[in-house]
Amino acid sequence: MPDVPALETLDLLKTYANGVQALKGVSLRVPPGDFFALLGPNGAGKSTLIGILSSLVNPTSGGARVFGISIHRDRGAVMRQIGLVPQEMNFNQFENPFDICVNVAGFYGIPRRIAVQRAEKYLNELRIWDKAQQPTRFMSGGMKRRLMIARAMMNEPRLLILDEPTAGVDIEIRRSMWQFITGINRAGTTVILTTHYLEEAESLCRNIAIIDHGNIVENTTMRALLSKLDVENFILDVPAGIAADALPDVPDVKLTRIDAQTLEAEMSKQHDLNSLFAALSSRGITVTSMRNKTNRLEELFVRLVEHGRPGESRAAA
Amino acid sequence: MNDTSVDATWDANAPGFSVARANAIALYTITRREVKRMLRIWTQTLIPPAITMTLYFVIFGRMIGSRIGTVEGGFNYMQYIVPGLVMMSVITNSYGNITSSFFGSKFGRYVEELLASPMPSWVVLAGYVIGAVLRGLLVGAIVLLIALFFTSLHIVHPLITLTTVLLGSTIFSLAGFINAMFAKKFDDIAIVPTFVLAPLTYLGGVFYSVNALGSPWREISLANPILYMVNAFRFGVLGISDVDVWIAYSVMAGFAVVLAAIALTLLHKGVGLRS
Repeated sequence: MPDVPALETLDLLKTYANGVQALKGVSLRVPPGDFFALLGPNGAGKSTLIGILSSLVNPTSGGARVFGISIHRDRGAVMRQIGLVPQEMNFNQFENPFDICVNVAGFYGIPRRIAVQRAEKYLNELRIWDKAQQPTRFMSGGMKRRLMIARAMMNEPRLLILDEPTAGVDIEIRRSMWQFITGINRAGTTVILTTHYLEEAESLCRNIAIIDHGNIVENTTMRALLSKLDVENFILDVPAGIAADALPDVPDVKLTRIDAQTLEAEMSKQHDLNSLFAALSSRGITVTSMRNKTNRLEELFVRLVEHGRPGESRAAA
Repeated sequence: MNDTSVDATWDANAPGFSVARANAIALYTITRREVKRMLRIWTQTLIPPAITMTLYFVIFGRMIGSRIGTVEGGFNYMQYIVPGLVMMSVITNSYGNITSSFFGSKFGRYVEELLASPMPSWVVLAGYVIGAVLRGLLVGAIVLLIALFFTSLHIVHPLITLTTVLLGSTIFSLAGFINAMFAKKFDDIAIVPTFVLAPLTYLGGVFYSVNALGSPWREISLANPILYMVNAFRFGVLGISDVDVWIAYSVMAGFAVVLAAIALTLLHKGVGLRS
């Protein structure tokens, strides 16, 4: 059934006992095989949504289907499709990674012989096999994060949900984690990712939803979203130095002196760079190198969560 | 990342997948984990009750009991208190096992491994209860062995002895599970054993026959569920009891059914677990 979405939520609403409305009617559709980014500021409702999907939070109303199976009608069957890597560490600090993985496999009804093979496979692939028999309290933060991914893979899920999986992890381990998860995605597993490292989402994900104050404020393809950003910022290196009053006026370009050797140029994506360089040359300013200032998705993200969907009011979103 | 290829075939979406078999494996896994935990921390789970009960046997059985002489049914005081002390060990250890283990999983958040799994609520409950009952049985066996160093015992009704210890242990495992579900801090799992369980146990006919009590204390004692467990167990071991053994069975079965229903309902709703 190629058309059955990996995840479909319909008007999910969650109001906590203290009155906080974490989700205000979230409807989402994640295609099978997708690498999907779910982004939002702290407290936007991402973890609540993931909590509902992984059976850790009871929704107030609304529904969700995972590969066409209703979470209300057959919770067990839905859970067999899902692997969860939560934001907070949630394993027994007195147990070792091997036992944790084998036990979790057992909770899914996986025979012990297969569970043992899978534990060895995934702990190896995530490079923590050498720590497999040590209590987890002696592991580093990065190892614990990788253990949670290995644990989530024990049932070889069709939908892998990663809630801030690389928080506090150094760049080398982060890259190796993404290499692993990209491989899993290529093999057919649908991946839903929340992260605060927006460059990760930009480089990895094909589709994206941005949630803010319990509402989906954007849900589109990454390419379509990035194309909405019509402004680019460049950093120009000027080693010879430049005086504060020496900047030329360039039509439709906002040129700012950051320091004596650095300029920033903000311009429309359609604007040509030749006129900028011509204007700088006319003042005797030589540019030796140039780079993009910020992550593009970050720029959009800030706009969306601060101002709502471009061209629309937040209430309408 | 390293690549290791193994034959780890198992597919929940394949035809012929058995939910019943998956549940049986899950039940075995929780039980196994509970037993491993109990054995890993044996200095906390098995040794303390052995020491405590040895002291009871020495002080109450040997020192004080020798002055009391023969009690009901021609048994000496040591023989009379052994069944009650074994039962006391069983229920307190079953209760303590499940409260500390399940609350520990809540406190450490690894209860989420269970909640986010496909297991139905009854499998989670049954796994923890079986683990707690096994600890109760193991501690009961240890205490009984220690008792044999102090006195001789001949178990009159082995089947009644076994079923009583299983029922009593199950009842207090279920009660402990409910306590752990509501508990928000470690103090909350100590309140019930201290202020409810201990008084009920000591007033439940472990050290005396309620027939020796005058009215209304005898009638009040009959409202104590532990009295029925202790007496049914004493009937199984010694063949004497203050209450009819079938009434004791009925009371125990009633408690077990009601507590299981409450625990399952709470677990299904996720009280104290899901927000």
